[in-house]
Amino acid sequence: MTTRPLSLHTLIRILVALALSPAIGHAADWDIDQLMRDLAQTRSGHARFVERKSIAMLDKPVESSGELLYTAPDHLEKRTFKPKAESMTVDAGTLIIERGRQKHLLQLQDYPELAAFIDSIRGTLAGDRKALERNYRLSLEGTAERWTLQLLPTDEKMQAAVKRIRIAGVRAAVRSIEITQADGDSSLMRIEKLTAQ
Amino acid sequence: MSPAPARRGRTAIALWLAFILACGIIISRSEFTTDLSAFFPRSPTAEQQLLLEQVKDGLASRLILVGIEGADAPTRASLSRQIAQRLRADPAFVSVNNGEPVNAERDRAFLFNNRYLLSPAVTPARFSVDGLHAALSDSIDLLASPAGLLVKSLLPRDPSGEMVQLLDQLNSGSRPRLVDGAWASQDEARALLLLQTRASGADTDAQQRAMAAIRQAFDAAPSASPAATLLMTGPGVFSVTSRDAIKSQVTRLSLISVAFIATLLLLVYRSFTPLALGFLPVISGALAGIAAVSLGFGTVHGITLGFGTALIGEAVDYSIYLFVQSEQGGADQRDWIKRFWPTIRLGVLTSIFGFAALLLSGFPGLAQLGLYSIAGLITAATVTRFVLPHLLPTQFHVHDASAIGRILSRLVQRAAALRWLAALLLLAACAVLVEHRAGLWDDRIASLSPVSQADLALDASLRADLGASDVRYLVVASGASRESVLQSSEQVAALLQTQVDQGELAGFESPSRYLPSTATQRARQASLPTAAALEARLAQAVQGLPVQVHLFAPFLADVAAARSQPLLQAADLEQTSMAMAVDALLIQQPSHWSAILPLTAPAGAGINASRIRTALSTTGLPDVLFVDMKAESDRLYSGYLHEAIRLSLGGLLAIIGLLLWIFRSPLHVLRLIAPLAAAVITVTAGLAVFGQQLIILHLVGLLLVVAVGSNYALFFDRADCLGSPRTLASMLFANLTTVAGFGLLAFSNVSILQAMGVTVAPGVILALIYSAIFARKSHA
Repeated sequence: MTTRPLSLHTLIRILVALALSPAIGHAADWDIDQLMRDLAQTRSGHARFVERKSIAMLDKPVESSGELLYTAPDHLEKRTFKPKAESMTVDAGTLIIERGRQKHLLQLQDYPELAAFIDSIRGTLAGDRKALERNYRLSLEGTAERWTLQLLPTDEKMQAAVKRIRIAGVRAAVRSIEITQADGDSSLMRIEKLTAQ
Repeated sequence: MSPAPARRGRTAIALWLAFILACGIIISRSEFTTDLSAFFPRSPTAEQQLLLEQVKDGLASRLILVGIEGADAPTRASLSRQIAQRLRADPAFVSVNNGEPVNAERDRAFLFNNRYLLSPAVTPARFSVDGLHAALSDSIDLLASPAGLLVKSLLPRDPSGEMVQLLDQLNSGSRPRLVDGAWASQDEARALLLLQTRASGADTDAQQRAMAAIRQAFDAAPSASPAATLLMTGPGVFSVTSRDAIKSQVTRLSLISVAFIATLLLLVYRSFTPLALGFLPVISGALAGIAAVSLGFGTVHGITLGFGTALIGEAVDYSIYLFVQSEQGGADQRDWIKRFWPTIRLGVLTSIFGFAALLLSGFPGLAQLGLYSIAGLITAATVTRFVLPHLLPTQFHVHDASAIGRILSRLVQRAAALRWLAALLLLAACAVLVEHRAGLWDDRIASLSPVSQADLALDASLRADLGASDVRYLVVASGASRESVLQSSEQVAALLQTQVDQGELAGFESPSRYLPSTATQRARQASLPTAAALEARLAQAVQGLPVQVHLFAPFLADVAAARSQPLLQAADLEQTSMAMAVDALLIQQPSHWSAILPLTAPAGAGINASRIRTALSTTGLPDVLFVDMKAESDRLYSGYLHEAIRLSLGGLLAIIGLLLWIFRSPLHVLRLIAPLAAAVITVTAGLAVFGQQLIILHLVGLLLVVAVGSNYALFFDRADCLGSPRTLASMLFANLTTVAGFGLLAFSNVSILQAMGVTVAPGVILALIYSAIFARKSHA
């Protein structure tokens, strides 16, 4: 289980953002609802990501990078460019994974654990507290300028797969998603926003 | 009455009673059907045979699509779960799907435990060092993807990813979304269930019971709410509702028409006795008709019965002629027999010649109508001639209709003046027919369907919600054994896959996907290397990959077990969702097996039939057919229609031949036929003007116009006709009863009944008027 500290570069960016933010004065009455409202403002977004996965079965962590595309409320696309071109599209109830000539189509409703996992990300991006609370217990730390939302699965089956999900962000922008699985495998995805509406 | 006729009368009555009794016995033992058998050809082609098997017993015929609307989403979902729970315990249903994962565990276990026999990726190359390396690196990539959550636990046992292969195949179709644990439409406004009945779609009684069971489960559900409504559709549901519609309309319309005719006759006769007696030939005729059809065809179809009730209007004519044309007293009835019977006999004969043509039809429904009409008309006429006079009371007489007759007589005297007008009308009608000749006939089988537009729209919307295709395109492989058709379907599936890859098809199903042929299973088993060989290859394959070879010890064990595992049999699928698919797609007929591969057209496009046919021919398999069910059924019906048109023309020629033989004068025959032909042409043109495309039952209606009209033409042809007010009056009454009998059908919303009504009612009026107008001038 590794929780990588934020890189210096990211820290500096966050500090700069903090210093420049006019919203800092409202931190006192800031809570999950407020965060959700802020997040819901973003109707679509385009970001770069770098993800590092540590899987026990594999000898070394797998690092990948690419782009994320999101359109409210339920379209999420993850295009990986490195190390191999691959794309994952979640649209409403279906998940399509394309790798080279291979295409896997999964109905999320057939895989409740996977669905809950994907909804943690979609729900956060959409600012849909209700959807998140269907599967997780939420807790929030930090301020509007620099927050961390922790999601703990409530369902036993889900607990067997995922231990916790920590989503960190700056105001209405998600900056990292850290997933710790029950068996100790983990992944950290860092997100750098390109455009948002 | 003298003793000799009295004895003859008693004999006639005794024979008649015996005949009625015999008919009654035959009918009580008859089998009545309302299924689609009336539309099944007697000697089908291979494609038609397939079509019929599918319509009768196919996968699509056994589906009932259910929607629940109203109330709120949680109520709808719990209703869906409660209905499903109850119906899953009902043996009448093979499967009840509403999105609940009832079989999911068993399905996955079946797929996983048999993955090396089921996966099409299992080839010798896949288990070579390179193949394993490629498969492993794919699996590792997948592990790092979001789906990694799912495949992680599988990796040590299934590093080549066979399970993922199998799941991909099963997940390809689109399915409804889950709302509160049950299927719902895209807009979430209705909950959805998809049911498969055990009984075939052609078994309307069983389908009706299935519908009742669904309705009962809905009403009795603990979550039942008055706000929720139940919707059902599907081929079986359509047969049930059509049968109900036809039954209730036939019953209601025939009751009304009997009441109508009775009132009319009561006004004419002013006495109940002739009214009651007048219906005796009608009832005798109807009984004889049903008994004849039962003897000739084994079963009596509902359409035939529906048609039979309409024939009341014609059969009642004979007694009208007898009662109205005779003067008073018994002697006069004998006089009537002498004077008028030959004319009526000839009328009956012409009708028989016309209907006899239908007997030759390959469309059993039409042949039944032909036999029914012939037997019914002969009996009605014979009873009128030989039995009815003996049943009349000695002082029998009906109200004298001479007064009306005299008015008619004056009208008819002047009718000849209308000749030019009639000729012009006829000319206009011919022009209309020439102009409309291309679109005169509707040769789509849907034109016969009694299903309403609203029901069709509901069906389409539920199908779209459920992602259930209408199973229009099929490839069918036939063979002597299950193994041979499975082998054929594997070859066909390989070929169809290339069409899918090229975008010609969106997808297809195949029974071999769930139950591969023994040969294929054996080949897959033979692709698996021995434990020692696999271990050595695996050690090489992991080179350069971030995994340790010892991780895959379970894989080695599973492959070793798969090498010697018994091959899959149909019975191994029991209790899984795949069993239902195989059951629907793999059919054992008495003499052969068929494997059915339904094709799905690409979204928004059709399937290029000739392209698929050409591709299939490259397999060289002799017993593989591509069937477009819709085109095939339209072709079948269109064949019937054109055959019926030819047969009707043949019937017309036979009538002309008969009349030529009797009268031995072409001019005379022309004069008889002209009013009938004119009536037929005018009615047809009228229908065309009103935008009604003709279906096969319009044609039957036209034959009836000729049959009924021939009586008028023959009466007007008699030298004494125009001078006899009673004859004219009897024709008017006969005409009115016929119009009443058939006219009501015109108001039916069942297309096949409506078609007969709108043809016969105006047709017989026109036949009477044309006969009067073109009657011999010398009498005028």
